[in-house]
Amino acid sequence: MILVGPLALFLLIIFVIPIGSLLTRAIDNPEVIQTLPTTLKALQHWDRKSTPPDTAYLALSQDLTKAKNSPSAGELARRLNYEIPGYRSLLFKTLRRTPIQATDGPAARDALLAIDKRWSELPYWAAIANNDKSWSPYYLLASLDLKLNSKGDVTSVPPDTSAFRAIFSRTFVISLVVTLVTLLLGYPLSYWITRLSKRRANLVLICILIPFWTSILVRIAAWVVLLQREGLVNSALMHLGLISEPLPLLFNRLGVYIAMVHILLPFMVLPLYSVMQSVPPTYQRAAISLGSHPFAAFWRVYVPQTYPGIGAGSLLVFIIAVGYYITPALLGGAGDQMISYYVAYFTNQTTNWGMASALGLILLVGTLLLYSLYRKISGKELTLG
Amino acid sequence: MKPRPLLLALALSVPFAMLGQTSAQARDLTVVNFGGANGDAQTAAFIKPFEKESGKPVISVAYNGEQAKVKAMVQSHDVVWDAVEVETGDLGRGCEEGTYENIDWSKILDKSDIVQGALKYCGVGTFVWSTVLAYNADALKTAPTGWADFWNVKKFPGKRGLRKGAHYNLEFALMADGVAPSDVYKVLATPEGVDRAFKKLDELKPYIQWWEAGAQPVQMLSAGDVVMSAAYNGRIDAAQREGRNLKVVWNGGVYDFDYWVIPTGSTNKDQAIAFVKYASSPKAQAAYSQHIAYGPISKKAIGMLSPDVLAKLPNSPANARNALFNDLDFWTDHGEELEQRFAAWAAR
Repeated sequence: MILVGPLALFLLIIFVIPIGSLLTRAIDNPEVIQTLPTTLKALQHWDRKSTPPDTAYLALSQDLTKAKNSPSAGELARRLNYEIPGYRSLLFKTLRRTPIQATDGPAARDALLAIDKRWSELPYWAAIANNDKSWSPYYLLASLDLKLNSKGDVTSVPPDTSAFRAIFSRTFVISLVVTLVTLLLGYPLSYWITRLSKRRANLVLICILIPFWTSILVRIAAWVVLLQREGLVNSALMHLGLISEPLPLLFNRLGVYIAMVHILLPFMVLPLYSVMQSVPPTYQRAAISLGSHPFAAFWRVYVPQTYPGIGAGSLLVFIIAVGYYITPALLGGAGDQMISYYVAYFTNQTTNWGMASALGLILLVGTLLLYSLYRKISGKELTLG
Repeated sequence: MKPRPLLLALALSVPFAMLGQTSAQARDLTVVNFGGANGDAQTAAFIKPFEKESGKPVISVAYNGEQAKVKAMVQSHDVVWDAVEVETGDLGRGCEEGTYENIDWSKILDKSDIVQGALKYCGVGTFVWSTVLAYNADALKTAPTGWADFWNVKKFPGKRGLRKGAHYNLEFALMADGVAPSDVYKVLATPEGVDRAFKKLDELKPYIQWWEAGAQPVQMLSAGDVVMSAAYNGRIDAAQREGRNLKVVWNGGVYDFDYWVIPTGSTNKDQAIAFVKYASSPKAQAAYSQHIAYGPISKKAIGMLSPDVLAKLPNSPANARNALFNDLDFWTDHGEELEQRFAAWAAR
């Protein structure tokens, strides 16, 4: 126990705690309760169907006066803009006119309505009233194209803006296809390597590993040169007279598959090879000498002994592929982007970390579900040969 | 070989220097920009002359525009960047959320000399750039004149390059559909306008080749993958300097600024203000535009440039005539909503 202590501590500090705290952002919802506490109190018994009480208008004008020129106003505006696009500029328009000189409800109401008519519309008030807790399912629901309606029920967002379900299934489909193709290519290759003499096997393994040491961006750029419209592949095929028009090999799903399979192939070959190496070739020969057809001997005697390698390689490739970002971003079209692209978009471009965390959390849960499914089917833990 | 004392001292001092970054006095002014050709032009036009004038060293850092880094620095009260170049969309958000120092630049700079749109409450324009229609003059016999031609696949057969995402493409689609540049954001602010833009994009969808990074459209145009593309004007200019026959259509371009901001809590705030003041001066701005085809934010600098240089700048009087100024407020309010709708549209 003591021996693994340092590693456990290391993992806890640099892996478990940061990821855990990141994931809590997926439900963290502090903006409204921190910045508009009195407004929330005034809206406590509001039925969400009639106009909000005048005291709410007064409370809002007081809360906003307090928040003016503080960073919390920006955070609040960003949060409410997720509920209703345009809320941000409404809040800043209002904030610019604060402090509002009103001492009672009706006067505050008139003052707010004079700034913008939208303050008479119920959805803007419901957006505040619905965020009266320090946590919110908003980001997680939005990551699955769901939202809470004004009654508090979960509903789907309109199909026009419903994107993330399709992106999640696209992510898993691409990963699955890449896993299958690497298996189909990697299996015969690994089998062939195990039949080679030690020296030649090393040579082939080095050939497989060399691209592994090259930067991923360099390899992507190389694929662009090869696959573009007037690239090497297309011009070779045209010279041979096989095609008359250049094939669209790039900036579509095909380009993403080609590059991802190339990049991930070593992750399939290495576990397969290490397992295959430990399978004694005598078993297969014994089966044939006992009258089995060579193919049956391969399929029923050899292949089952390599299942741990197939499992480990497929799992490794699949899990790495699920998080792919730069390859689809540079080689795919707008409809080929995987979920990490949107995590990066929310993290870096709009700094909507709640949404980024929620997408990451759902990806993590999805992957863990698939892993437990794998364990159920294979009936054993992941081993590397 | 004996270790050289100087190297040894340097090696030993590195960890201490890193520790010392949090303490105020020791740190040099750190200027952060997007690197590349733009970074080189800034080094020549802003940083080196400012070092000479102030007599103090300036550290120049390149980044990729990730505001996550700036936000994390500010939140952890460990700000090691002083003057940072940011994109428009980040300026509004960062300013409102207190990531950048609230500085009223109109009181520091000569207001009458700064072009419209460059002075914001937290930031001041670094330069003017534009997203334009670019084409390969070797591939097209007749020159396209605007976004309507970009959408005309009969007259100009071949693929078109557009950046993945809703921003700019919705504006281009509306202009192709006959909306005047001055009305684009008025139309886009209505749900019908958004539908109209996506419907127009539908028409072109099979012909679009999407790009992600600014270097890609240049490569795609040169390789013949596309005949026309939306592209950043500075990238096209760099390709022209390398001798490629790429041309720019200024009609319907969407121009924008990059802005200088100072992260909240920077210990070199005064020095950073002095640097930004220098970089915004007519002399520095004119020098910058001679190095790269981005427009100056100083009106006097525009007057100091030769017609050859002006012909390549987004905000020279001739090129800016029929251009559209990117609406920051619109995109901060509706950006995520429209990008999500774009993702849904692309998946169909």
